[in-house]
Amino acid sequence: MNTVILRTVAPPITALMLVFSVFVLLRGHNEPGGGFIGGLIAASALAIYGIAHGVAAVRLAIRFHPMAIAGFGLLLATLSGFVSIFAGVPFMTGLWIYPSLFGVEVPLATVISFDIGVYFVVVGAIAGIALTLEGREED
Amino acid sequence: MADQTALTLLCLFLPVLAALLAPMAIGRFGAAGSWLLALAPAFSFVHFLTLLPQIADGAAITGGYAWVPSLNLSFSWFLDGLSLTFALLITGIGTLIVLYSGGYMKGHPQQGRFLCFILLFMGAMLGLVVSDSFLMLFVYWELTSITSFLLIGFDHEREAARRAALQALVVTGLGGLSLLAGLIFLWNMTGVTQLSLLVNVDDMLRESPFYLTALLLLLGGAFTKSAQFPFHFWLPNAMEAPTPVSAYLHSATMVKAGVYLLMRLNPVMGETPAWEILLPFFGGVTLIAGTVLAIRQTDLKLMLAYTTMASLGLLVMLTGFGAPHAVEAAALYLVAHSLFKGALFMVAGLIDHECGSRDVAQLGGLRKAMPITFGAALAAALSMGGLPLFFGFLAKEEIYYALAHGDLRSILFLVVAVGGNALMFAVAFAVALKPFLGPKVETPKHAHEGPFLMWFGPALLAALGLFAGIFSAVAHRFVSTPMASAVAGQPTVVDISTVPHIGMPLLLSIVTIVLGLLVYLQIDRARALAVRLLEAIGSGPDRGFDHAVAGLVRLSVAVTRIVQPGRLEIYLTVSFILLALTLLVPPIVYGELPDMPSWPSDVLFHEWAFVILALLGLFAVLRASDRLTAIVSLGIQGFAVAVIFLLFGAADLSFTQFMVETLSVVILALVMTRLRLSPTDHRPLGQLLFDAAIAIACGIGFTLFLLKATQGPFNDYLTQFFNTYSKVVAHGANVVNVIIVDFRGTDTLGEISVVLITGLAVLALIRVKAKPRADAVPAAVEEGAKS
Repeated sequence: MNTVILRTVAPPITALMLVFSVFVLLRGHNEPGGGFIGGLIAASALAIYGIAHGVAAVRLAIRFHPMAIAGFGLLLATLSGFVSIFAGVPFMTGLWIYPSLFGVEVPLATVISFDIGVYFVVVGAIAGIALTLEGREED
Repeated sequence: MADQTALTLLCLFLPVLAALLAPMAIGRFGAAGSWLLALAPAFSFVHFLTLLPQIADGAAITGGYAWVPSLNLSFSWFLDGLSLTFALLITGIGTLIVLYSGGYMKGHPQQGRFLCFILLFMGAMLGLVVSDSFLMLFVYWELTSITSFLLIGFDHEREAARRAALQALVVTGLGGLSLLAGLIFLWNMTGVTQLSLLVNVDDMLRESPFYLTALLLLLGGAFTKSAQFPFHFWLPNAMEAPTPVSAYLHSATMVKAGVYLLMRLNPVMGETPAWEILLPFFGGVTLIAGTVLAIRQTDLKLMLAYTTMASLGLLVMLTGFGAPHAVEAAALYLVAHSLFKGALFMVAGLIDHECGSRDVAQLGGLRKAMPITFGAALAAALSMGGLPLFFGFLAKEEIYYALAHGDLRSILFLVVAVGGNALMFAVAFAVALKPFLGPKVETPKHAHEGPFLMWFGPALLAALGLFAGIFSAVAHRFVSTPMASAVAGQPTVVDISTVPHIGMPLLLSIVTIVLGLLVYLQIDRARALAVRLLEAIGSGPDRGFDHAVAGLVRLSVAVTRIVQPGRLEIYLTVSFILLALTLLVPPIVYGELPDMPSWPSDVLFHEWAFVILALLGLFAVLRASDRLTAIVSLGIQGFAVAVIFLLFGAADLSFTQFMVETLSVVILALVMTRLRLSPTDHRPLGQLLFDAAIAIACGIGFTLFLLKATQGPFNDYLTQFFNTYSKVVAHGANVVNVIIVDFRGTDTLGEISVVLITGLAVLALIRVKAKPRADAVPAAVEEGAKS
């Protein structure tokens, strides 16, 4: 599978897919998409890059261990749930704020950070599995 | 009052706080750190002492804090004569034990850890006796079992210590479960979850049809904890623990938890035929068995351990006897026993520490070398033997006073009590006199008086036994009377004094002493007799425990072999057969098969195209010559289905389906290369047909299930709900995503945790190096079974 064509197109495709995955993640609240799908897209992007350029290149590119990324995601999601404690409402209640950035009102919510957490868990876990399976040179 | 409540709470947690500091204190100050640590229990002791006048006037102090108000759970305590006496014993003797451990374990590399465990236990035991709520009582009960496990197994490098620790944990832990069940019964029978409210239920428990069940369950907890026959065997084995543990846990406090429970329940569950048969019977048997076993031993600690067992039997017998004064006798004896037995254990440890041996046959003539120890031992033994002036004498007088009635039952138990007491008298003096009198015997270490830290504790306890006897009026006013009243459930006055009253009890005391002296003088012959008797009986429950554990291991190995054969094919086959059966059997049995669907007429051309594409994919899977092709072909089918989802408006679902299909093909292909399977399928025809049959059955099952599900009337309540509220409440237009991250966010949190754990498990599995032998796993299990 390690052809010249794949190796040439893999970096731009990976980059595109990663950007797309963030797009899908962020639009998920109102349009089809969300953290789970975004995470799957990003994981496939990493898998493609791994197939083309080897596992070591991917591990270098993402800097952190995939499981650390997944763990961070779970932490973020859990903390998003706990924010509601400070507002005196039950666990996991969505809370919204509307700060104004450069004159544009940006809605931010604990559900968004929760969804980002989901995204990271999925990316980390799936990429972790895929990379370990790909990384045959390690054993 | 608020101050007092907060102070009591602090006192309950002080030992635990000190436990956390113990390793640091010992590390910084060495053995002298024990002085610092002893301040914690000493402070608690003084606090409880200040509560004594209130309790002595008949008040009961309750206090606490709401814990989980919605479940009606509270962290609350209940101090009356019974629990306060226990609290004083625990903190008072505890203070001395901490000091004693400072000397006994001096220079031990793990002294900090040891004191940490001791103080943790103290916190647990204190919690147990002051607990008001049932659940809190249970939690503390289990905590004492766990800390006891840690302490018995302190010398974890010795196998005997490990076995003893595990045995104690198993026996008392099982008892703890029984206790929990019993407490739940009590709660259901009365609707009360607090001990302080239990006294108001009158005869509700006794008249309940579940009385006997609840009683047996509670006795299961009490008897295992207090080492009653036939659960006594863990107690002597627990002597593997360092001596301070034996003195504190296994004589003065923890083993009395069962007796405490029985005394606590006596006002509401006592005075029934079952209570008055079971308790005296098992108590009496334990008393006799304990003394006979004690006579046989020559090890100081084991002799004391078996007499502790005997004393516990005596306490249980008295608690359940039901005659007037029996409860008073139990209260007196419990306090007296804690004082003299704690002291004697510490003396045994002291002798062991200074002479290097605790075998009575190898000890003698120590009175010159260790005069203070000798004095403490003698005073404690006199109290244990029940000689006048000592507190033990009062207890024994009261026992005989309670038992000396004319009827057959009283006479029977009187004989048991006199016999048991006489043998205990003999053992007491064998422990306290034999090592000190007679000619000097060479000991492994040069014998000399122990350090102050070590003789201070036993000397003080022994002296207390004397003063409590002489100033009995004070002791009765503040300790015995309130405690006996709490156990009896009505105001009771204890007024026995050291002035001998001519009468039956005194006569029986004299008989006991004479008998005891006779046995002491002929102790070698008595020992030989006991050995012969026990040999005639054969193996005891200790051996039975080993057999039970080994049997359990064998059983679980056998079950594991059947349930977990270790071949993926078998797991998959079983899973899918069960799936097919679950889907097919109920609809057929209950006649719930779906109606035949009508042939759809309005299917559009491009919809047909994708259905055909899916079928082509399946066909390709079946026709594929190698596995990789089959996997990729399966992807064709998956994509076609995803497109169909899209056509019917389920954008999110279809989106996910695409990604899942892609990734599963990639991962499956990667797994294939990992496993280094042969590229083609080599199953024989029979196997192939069998597997195909399972697959087709599953497929039919799912089809029928889906048809049935869609044929039912569609309830659009949820659709309405989410469409209405998604935008308004959760500010999102994509209902699917809003459900995932908001309405049912906690579910998602659980799901992503599963994803993460799956990832970790896969990583761990891949990294496992293949074992050199194929049968490595069963062999490891077998080794586990043998050890």
